[in-house]
Amino acid sequence: MNIVVCVKYVPDSTADRRFESDNTVDRVGVDGLLSELDEYAVEQALQLKEKLGDDSTLTVLTVGPDGATDAVRKALQMGADKGVHVADEAIAGSCALSTSLVLAEALKKTGFDLVVCGMASTDGSMGVIPSMLAERLDVPAATLGSSVELDGETLRIRRDGDAATETIEATLPLVCSVTDQSGEARYPSFKGIMAAKKKPLETWSLADLGVDAELVGLSAASSVVEATEARPPRTAGQVVPDEDGSGAHALVEFLASKKFI
Amino acid sequence: MSEVLVLVDSNSLVDGKVSKPTLELLTIARRLGEPSAVVVGDASAFAETLAAYGAEKIYTVDDADVTPYLVAPKATVLAQLVEKTSPAAVLIPSGGEGKEIAGRLAVKLDSGLITDAVDVQAGPDGGAGPVATQSVFAGSYTVQSKVTKGTPIITVKPNSAAPEQAAGAGAVEEFAATVPESAKTATITASEPRAASGRPELTEAAIVVSGGRGTGGNFEAVEGFADSIGAAVGASRAAVDSGWMPHAFQVGQTGKTVSPQLYVANGISGAIQHRAGMQTSKTIVAVNKDDEAPIFELVDFGVVGDLQTVLPAATAEITQRKG
Repeated sequence: MNIVVCVKYVPDSTADRRFESDNTVDRVGVDGLLSELDEYAVEQALQLKEKLGDDSTLTVLTVGPDGATDAVRKALQMGADKGVHVADEAIAGSCALSTSLVLAEALKKTGFDLVVCGMASTDGSMGVIPSMLAERLDVPAATLGSSVELDGETLRIRRDGDAATETIEATLPLVCSVTDQSGEARYPSFKGIMAAKKKPLETWSLADLGVDAELVGLSAASSVVEATEARPPRTAGQVVPDEDGSGAHALVEFLASKKFI
Repeated sequence: MSEVLVLVDSNSLVDGKVSKPTLELLTIARRLGEPSAVVVGDASAFAETLAAYGAEKIYTVDDADVTPYLVAPKATVLAQLVEKTSPAAVLIPSGGEGKEIAGRLAVKLDSGLITDAVDVQAGPDGGAGPVATQSVFAGSYTVQSKVTKGTPIITVKPNSAAPEQAAGAGAVEEFAATVPESAKTATITASEPRAASGRPELTEAAIVVSGGRGTGGNFEAVEGFADSIGAAVGASRAAVDSGWMPHAFQVGQTGKTVSPQLYVANGISGAIQHRAGMQTSKTIVAVNKDDEAPIFELVDFGVVGDLQTVLPAATAEITQRKG
């Protein structure tokens, strides 16, 4: 089986993230890494491959700037078999619609039975790429799985929605996405880190995919950020110690003073 | 004036009531054009409320081809309605399902989309398309965005507007959508409704009281305090990962984003993932044993103490004050 995991290289969410002067995300000046939410996708894909126990291959695919190779390499260290990095200067500033176009064309080139994605990126947080890919590739989407199992050609996921917990079934080939409830991602082992150095990692350009550069990038974006403003930091308020029950009374007094009681 | 399509969240049509986020969307839609509500299924129990909040038209769609499947048929229905009505915008409730519908719709229409808007206003000159405000990077930035291609598709978070009544015609029109077999490929084979808690809905509540690792798994004190001030109950990811609370209660980057009048964090350290879900709250209060917990950097008021003693005492005092 041909399993492909789509991952994103994102600015570290614990770092001081910011925007460039053209209102795109600063993806160079802030340390980047494999999006934490995509680690769960890599983990589930690895587990599915391990359960199959056959000659299935797991390819990790990303679209991003030069540094995005780091995200691919991390997934290879975790156990993926090979990597593909779509890199092209024309892609910078692309909206989700264009990004999904590039990813979909790359998936046509890698071929796939099962595409696994994270639930959302930790930077844009849109969570729309899996369904956009399914739409473009005309395959089913089984999304936001908190557990995933493969039963022959049928993929079954558990989806914890707001109103109900649902079981979703769809037949391969398809796109699925998994949440952070699907299970802790493994850390790369020393052996995995060494092995990853020898794994194939290809770089593809838009030309390799036959994608017109006019269709991607900031100039072709279907939505644009017009203004960004840093939220003023909250000013720390009053913090009191709880001594002999004084904390509860102080808390109630505060809530009453703000008319919450 | 152009129509503005508002997808009525299926979760919102329970017990003959229309949810507050749907009324908010109708209110926002009036800023952009004439609201048309889109209801999957029978709208007769809701038509009156939808009209009272400004729906000029109510399109109803037969649910037999839609409900048994994951989001794809809903996107198909909306795409066909967009072709029929050429709306000024399509507004969809933000959330897992809403964002996926929006993603598919954007591809179908080759249109731009904006997700998780916390405000939407008509652009300057009216004709320039709506301007959406989003809170990004864990709430540390506010950005304003616009769709520049096709029909603007915007998903809107709960609490983004105060619902305002304004009588609309509320003309119900059955829309005969064609849902192809290719949209019926991901099937919902089982569904177990979440038990009602009797408390306010987390994303809509004016007050949210949350518990984290510091509860040690005992949410009794948190829930008791929440009930004394009429609050919804939330949880940090640590508490959810430990299996103490269901994921539907999680506040944070991968759970719900809340922006209530008052947020009370109990036994929650305040990691960036949690702050992403609550730091736009109007007033923030924390109770934590650790006086160096990062949550105290955000608070308007904090108590350094054990939540298992502070909260029950506070609950008792509030109950006593209420008489």
